[in-house]
Amino acid sequence: MEPFFEWFRLLYDETGINLTFIYDSYDRVRLWKGFLTTLWLSGTCLVFSVIIGIAGAWLQGSHHKWTRRIVQGYIQFFRNTPPLVQLYFFYFALGSLMPKVQNEWGGYEPILGNFVWAVISLSFFAGSFNVEIFRSGVEAVPMSTVEAAESLGYTRLKAYIYIVLPLAFRVCLPALSNNLINLVKTTTLAFAIAVPEMLYVSSQIWSDNVNVREMMTFLLVAYVSIVGILAWVINRWEHSLKIPGYGG
Amino acid sequence: MFKRKIKKFKIPLNPKHELAVLLSSRSSLDPAPLKDQKGRQPILARLRKVHLVWLISIFSVSAFAAEVTGGVDQPSLIKTIFLWTPFLLKGFGFNLLISFISMAIGTLLGAVLGVFQISLFLPVRLSSKILTQFFRNSPWLVLLFYCMFMLPFEITIGGFIIPFPDWIKAVIGLSLPVMANVSEIIRGAINSIPSGQWESAESLAFTRRQQIWLIILPQCYKRMLPPWMNLYSILTMATVLASIVGVEEVMSLAGQVLAADGRPELLVPIYSFVLAWFFIYCYPIAKLTLRLEKKYALKT
Repeated sequence: MEPFFEWFRLLYDETGINLTFIYDSYDRVRLWKGFLTTLWLSGTCLVFSVIIGIAGAWLQGSHHKWTRRIVQGYIQFFRNTPPLVQLYFFYFALGSLMPKVQNEWGGYEPILGNFVWAVISLSFFAGSFNVEIFRSGVEAVPMSTVEAAESLGYTRLKAYIYIVLPLAFRVCLPALSNNLINLVKTTTLAFAIAVPEMLYVSSQIWSDNVNVREMMTFLLVAYVSIVGILAWVINRWEHSLKIPGYGG
Repeated sequence: MFKRKIKKFKIPLNPKHELAVLLSSRSSLDPAPLKDQKGRQPILARLRKVHLVWLISIFSVSAFAAEVTGGVDQPSLIKTIFLWTPFLLKGFGFNLLISFISMAIGTLLGAVLGVFQISLFLPVRLSSKILTQFFRNSPWLVLLFYCMFMLPFEITIGGFIIPFPDWIKAVIGLSLPVMANVSEIIRGAINSIPSGQWESAESLAFTRRQQIWLIILPQCYKRMLPPWMNLYSILTMATVLASIVGVEEVMSLAGQVLAADGRPELLVPIYSFVLAWFFIYCYPIAKLTLRLEKKYALKT
């Protein structure tokens, strides 16, 4: 690999295109870690937001008026306020109210770090969209199917898990994939609370090496490819889950 | 309320127990639901003014709680927030200004790009498609950074120096993703027009330009309006991103307020204050979008 890296140093000397994140091992490791953080952040948020979506859609079908209202209020609140302000609110406002714990060096640090707050805030944000998406899928399942499940002795929860959800999931997968892709793009917001994800690390690199142009271009290409790969994977998945004869 | 009453009388004509066929879903959030015309409408979110009262009461309770825990010698929290309100409102106004201008620029460029996407000339169609997908798939914040660092701070055209302040760069940075999304909205709307419309227009000897201008686009406006409004509210919420790159809008002003007062108990009230404004501004738009969507939905 070394000659390959050296080639980029040569490229810098010859043309001035300074791709430090390839030939400089320190920057390379940093950026790689940032990339992994982005993936990890996206992955955790993805899982939690889907869980929130499924649970929320189930609660929305509840017989209690107040449960439905609370879920509705949650959705409307998170959908109609800026995610960045939510993030600030969670991290600075709620984070300041949290108790502090002693760390291994004897200093005091907040019980939840910035990464955890980013996961919480972004999951709730994406989850609010997922609830609506899952609800639309659940609504698409015909009443007679649910009744058939009930007549076979399923409880409401069991019918939801075994009958409604598998069908609903397939119906709402296109909308869901849209939202999940959006979520990956939204993880860049974690930059604002200094989570060392790709954008943050890149900004460190360009302030160290003054190669803003190269880093920015790299970032754009990197994000577009991450999103592109994710979209492709979800598309394949959608295809394999397709219900024969349903939809176009 | 009224609508629910009508439904009751419908029962004999439209029994609930139809064949067990999966219905196609239609989410109010899906930006491309236009394709499927059999879609069912989601239940309108039933929120009333009562909920606004709830929001305000939660806010005041949190402010009160902060006041109780805060020191005695300082001015009361509500008074402090009241004092800063005009300052913060100015920032919020700036946010709205940014959103208006970006939306205008994005819509104009996006309209052109969207029509190019259905061009019969392959290179135009392909390149506009790639451009749209590229800007649609890149994060807003990265695009904003890109414009912030890549655009010069002033341009010299024939001796004239046109300054490029930060906020104009932010406007440009925000209008790029808007452009791509508008382009997709237009393409989706045009695709959702039944092909019979194109064919009958052609059989009536309309030229292609006439077909687009006189037949297809007039039918698209209605379909485009709800997703376009949705996009606007997303854009409004994205304007706070400009604070990260140093534009003096409501978030950075809120940060300044917090720094100036240096009272940690102000954190929760100030941030919820800003959240509440955005909610008050964006919620009616979201509600109107849903209503329009319902109104313009095809009756099947």
